[in-house]
Amino acid sequence: MSARLATYGRLIDRTSKLDFTFDGKPMMGFEGDTLASALLANDQMLVGRSFKYHRPRGVVASGAEEPNALVNLGEGARFEPNQRATTTELFGGLAARSQNHWPTLEFDVGQVNSYLARFLPAGFYYKMFMYPRSFWKHVYEPFIRQSAGLGQPPKERDADTYEHFHVHTDVVVAGGGVAGLIAAKAAAQSGARVLVLEQNAHWGGRAPVDGGRIDDWPTDGFVERLVKELEGMANVTLRARCMVSGLYDHGYVLGYERVSDHVPGAEGPRHRLWRIRAKQVIVATGAIERPLAFAGNDVPGVMLASAMRDYLVNWGVAAGERVIVATNNDDAYRTAITLKKAGVEVLRILDARETGGGALMEEARRLGIRIDCGRAVGKVTGGKRVKAVQICAHQGAGGALEEVACDAVAMSGGWSPAVHLWSHCGGKLTWDDTAAMFRPDESRAPTGADGKPMAVATGAANGAMTLEAIAADAFAAGRKAAQAAGFKLKRASAVKADPAPESAIEPVWMMPARARVGLRAKAWLDYQNDVKVSDVQLAAREGYESVEHTKRYTTLGMATDQGKLSNINGLAVLADTLGAAIPAVGTTTFRPPYTPISMGAIGGEARGEVFQPLRRTPMYDWHAAHGADWEPVGQWRRPFAYVQGGEDVHQAVNREVKNVRQGVGLLDVSTLGKLLVKGPDAGRFLDMLYTNMMSTLKPGKCRYGLMCNENGFLIDDGVVARIDEETFLCHTTTGGADRIHAHMEEWLQTEWWDWKVYTANLTEQFAQIAVVGPKARQVLEKLGGMDLSKEALPFMDWKDGAIGNFQARVFRISFSGELSFEIAVPASQGLAFWETLMEAGREFGIMPYGTEALHVLRAEKGFIMIGDETDGTVIPQDLGLGWAISKKKDDYLGKRAQERSFMASPDRWKLVGLETTDGSVLPDGAYAVAEGSNANGQRNTQGRVTSTYYSPTLGRGIAMGLVHRGPDRMGEVIEFPGTDGKTYSAKIVDPVVYDKDGEKQNV
Amino acid sequence: MSEAVSALGGARFEGLAVVEDCGLSGMITLRGDLSAAAVKKAALAGSGCAVPGERKAVVSDKGALLWMSPDELLVLCPYDEVGARVAAMTKALGKAHALAVNVSDARAVLRLSGPKAREVLAKLSPVDLSPEAFGVGDLRRSRIAQVAAAYWLEDEESFRIICFRSVAEYVFGVLKVAAAKGSAVGYF
Repeated sequence: MSARLATYGRLIDRTSKLDFTFDGKPMMGFEGDTLASALLANDQMLVGRSFKYHRPRGVVASGAEEPNALVNLGEGARFEPNQRATTTELFGGLAARSQNHWPTLEFDVGQVNSYLARFLPAGFYYKMFMYPRSFWKHVYEPFIRQSAGLGQPPKERDADTYEHFHVHTDVVVAGGGVAGLIAAKAAAQSGARVLVLEQNAHWGGRAPVDGGRIDDWPTDGFVERLVKELEGMANVTLRARCMVSGLYDHGYVLGYERVSDHVPGAEGPRHRLWRIRAKQVIVATGAIERPLAFAGNDVPGVMLASAMRDYLVNWGVAAGERVIVATNNDDAYRTAITLKKAGVEVLRILDARETGGGALMEEARRLGIRIDCGRAVGKVTGGKRVKAVQICAHQGAGGALEEVACDAVAMSGGWSPAVHLWSHCGGKLTWDDTAAMFRPDESRAPTGADGKPMAVATGAANGAMTLEAIAADAFAAGRKAAQAAGFKLKRASAVKADPAPESAIEPVWMMPARARVGLRAKAWLDYQNDVKVSDVQLAAREGYESVEHTKRYTTLGMATDQGKLSNINGLAVLADTLGAAIPAVGTTTFRPPYTPISMGAIGGEARGEVFQPLRRTPMYDWHAAHGADWEPVGQWRRPFAYVQGGEDVHQAVNREVKNVRQGVGLLDVSTLGKLLVKGPDAGRFLDMLYTNMMSTLKPGKCRYGLMCNENGFLIDDGVVARIDEETFLCHTTTGGADRIHAHMEEWLQTEWWDWKVYTANLTEQFAQIAVVGPKARQVLEKLGGMDLSKEALPFMDWKDGAIGNFQARVFRISFSGELSFEIAVPASQGLAFWETLMEAGREFGIMPYGTEALHVLRAEKGFIMIGDETDGTVIPQDLGLGWAISKKKDDYLGKRAQERSFMASPDRWKLVGLETTDGSVLPDGAYAVAEGSNANGQRNTQGRVTSTYYSPTLGRGIAMGLVHRGPDRMGEVIEFPGTDGKTYSAKIVDPVVYDKDGEKQNV
Repeated sequence: MSEAVSALGGARFEGLAVVEDCGLSGMITLRGDLSAAAVKKAALAGSGCAVPGERKAVVSDKGALLWMSPDELLVLCPYDEVGARVAAMTKALGKAHALAVNVSDARAVLRLSGPKAREVLAKLSPVDLSPEAFGVGDLRRSRIAQVAAAYWLEDEESFRIICFRSVAEYVFGVLKVAAAKGSAVGYF
């Protein structure tokens, strides 16, 4: 059993007890514990079930690489699945639940998959679920969905807040172990600004656990002094609980700070995403120990040797009472020695190497530990915890020589540098045959914008595995990074660690070396996704030679741990099966983030009220207070209609339309784009942008214009007013304001850079209000001021003047077919002007109207709307707008394209009105069907509905659509099948159904 | 002239830093060749300032002048003086090809101040706001969260921020979130 010892535990405070629960069971831990160490202290070896076979699983690691100990953490609004127990700091009241089992962790029905394992090999899903085809949707997919997934999704809205933080610095050091700290100081001594980020809560990495001496200090003392020294340097910032999650182009680094995970509910953000621009990045991310692939290596109680050492030294927890250590290198002897010194019984060290190890082996032997060289674990027996180990010869097939009862196994297959960060942005690796590991290739570093290396790997992450090598390498790396960041190096004394030579590792990818089939099928490579040695070998036999394909076929390394423990072992097994060299097989791609980061951190402040910018006109609050039913238009919110009393929104629209036709309505058109274009070449410029002639427009006049792109397609429309000889004011659609302004600037800056034109986007300078309806003039005249008579201000004229107390610019333009004044006042006076108009119009029955009434009014007049009648494939000629295309101009944007044969073809779909034979409203977007079907067996079509409304003016549905040769087919009835099962018949008619001659707007 | 109101109506928030509406402010966009004598003269007539260097803001007792792009300046002045200033600038420009236009109502002006102001802004804007890199009179046209903004450092502890009027509430809102109590980063 695993238990807390009375001694050891350098990270825990035994005076501070913390209560927590696991699967509802009350447990106790100490301040400084991780959830994993606290569970082990409570003899909770079994912590979860595996993904595919539902095998019992225990804690195997002590850090970010942990594949098994994932829990549902927290409750309600602070619930989060898949939290690694090894990196979760314990806090009082913590509530964790195990995952992926039913009905309970102890008794799980899904474990039947384990007994069926031989029928569930690699690629089983691909092979099984192919046929019959119809089964996928109705049988296989629902089954897989039900059994897929680890934790549960949260049900409540997250109670916490998150934020980003932008930092620019010279050097970022990823990792606060001895290598990172030494490198940070070496870099900072040059004067560079240095930011050191460490994923854990404490500094020094695993050096204090592993021992040794640096600069004549024991490692823990050395770390303590160095941290203090760095804290005192003005150009150094240290940040614990902040993992560098990714390295991106141009030295962009993401740091994931877990600000208050260890004190849930504390004031402030839970996570903070550091968005860092660094000149140089020092990758001091350490190394990850590899498991050994022997049968039963997933039984709870089998643990990485380094992890077992960590639990003892850091948290005072012994993973077992009688331990067997299996290794192929010297480092695992440290575990045996540490355990033995702590009073734990170490039954045996099984060293796969025939000649064993060096100085550390001698030390273990002196302590009385039995060491069997050339021996291996044949099989671990036990279900929910280790019962015994069958010992065999490593060079054999696994025949048991003896069985030794024990309750924990420490294993070490050697170490792999954590090269993830180095690799994220293109850093390459090289295979070190002697050390049996991939390490960063210094000559092929990730490069920055200048093509020069932007990262330096150091310490264990660089393949330096002894303290002596790490100290020297880190000191050099810090200086190298500072120099690359543009700093001059100053004289500094090197850091030296005492030498402690180790003998060479012997690569072991499978244990024993010639394990028989039955053992290979129980030797796990990827714990989280249940991939075994036999699966990878099967994939190789089936022709999967590429490591990337094998990964996807077997799911090796595809779980939430992204194969931190399994990748190297897996690709080595693949290489071995293929008879290829390991570097020839290569690694899969390392992608950020290093470990999963929260969605909240990615979103930052963007949630709730400030999830998205919401653009408000000056009258926004008035609209809100008067029943506005909002419609999003780009990032604006515009009233769709103003709902009054007991009416519904459609009744409101009908009322608003009628009131405009019969009385007077008020529309907030502030959102329309208003672009000022000024200069001696302004007329020439607009002649190129618009299809019609703008340079001939007289000051004081307005003209409706169309804008096309180079491909001839209609992109925007609006009214242009000429202000003076050199100045035009171009109105755009609401959604077009920014886009058309950019379009103008692009042409001016890239093509016509020598034309004398300046533009300014004045959209928000003015609140613009349309006063519309037969009584519009009466309302305005009541306020007094400028002459608004037909003679003084005829249709399509504009004028500056006073209306009441307001300085205004009045445009006689109409998008409704009624008498209409569009009046612009400074935005800061918009609300006051609106309220003044409402007050003055009361006796005339004035009412505000929304965008839907605007649509109905314009559709009755056959006016097109960009985005309804156009979709990026429509040219003005399709819409019967040939009258707005100048024949006199040599050129305009789109002219050439519109002359192409298929643009000029009579066979295009063209705009017509559509009148249902029964007066009903056509479904929006419905297609008119034609005879026959196309090559895909789909019904042929001959047109579609682009705008469709109920017209309260006419008391029936009205619609516009694009129909094949439409204008030539007036009176013809065509069929529109709806998605409601009904087929609608509609007659092709003139799109203008109200006041064809335009008499009402011209009064 | 009728009742003119700023988009934020005098709003104020106190957290890690103070976020406040600066009320109505006169603003005039001046586009032209910034090295041309007429443009310099117009800028001086509008703001009382000489043309600032790249990404700088300068202040005089008459107003302020901000560098906005290689061919654009922004003149700041009292709201009710804009008409006269535009007229003076137009006169100074004479026949030179340039554009001077009133944009006072198109924008909102806020102040963010306090010892933690840099940190609050750095949560929302991707600019190096460290004291070594961003000093008094430095200006950037950048973004605040998801919208465009311009800001400059008025004194060691306060930024003046300009954004479009329609998103004034959004900018005020994100600044409030960034300045929430308990969220100090402790970096600068």
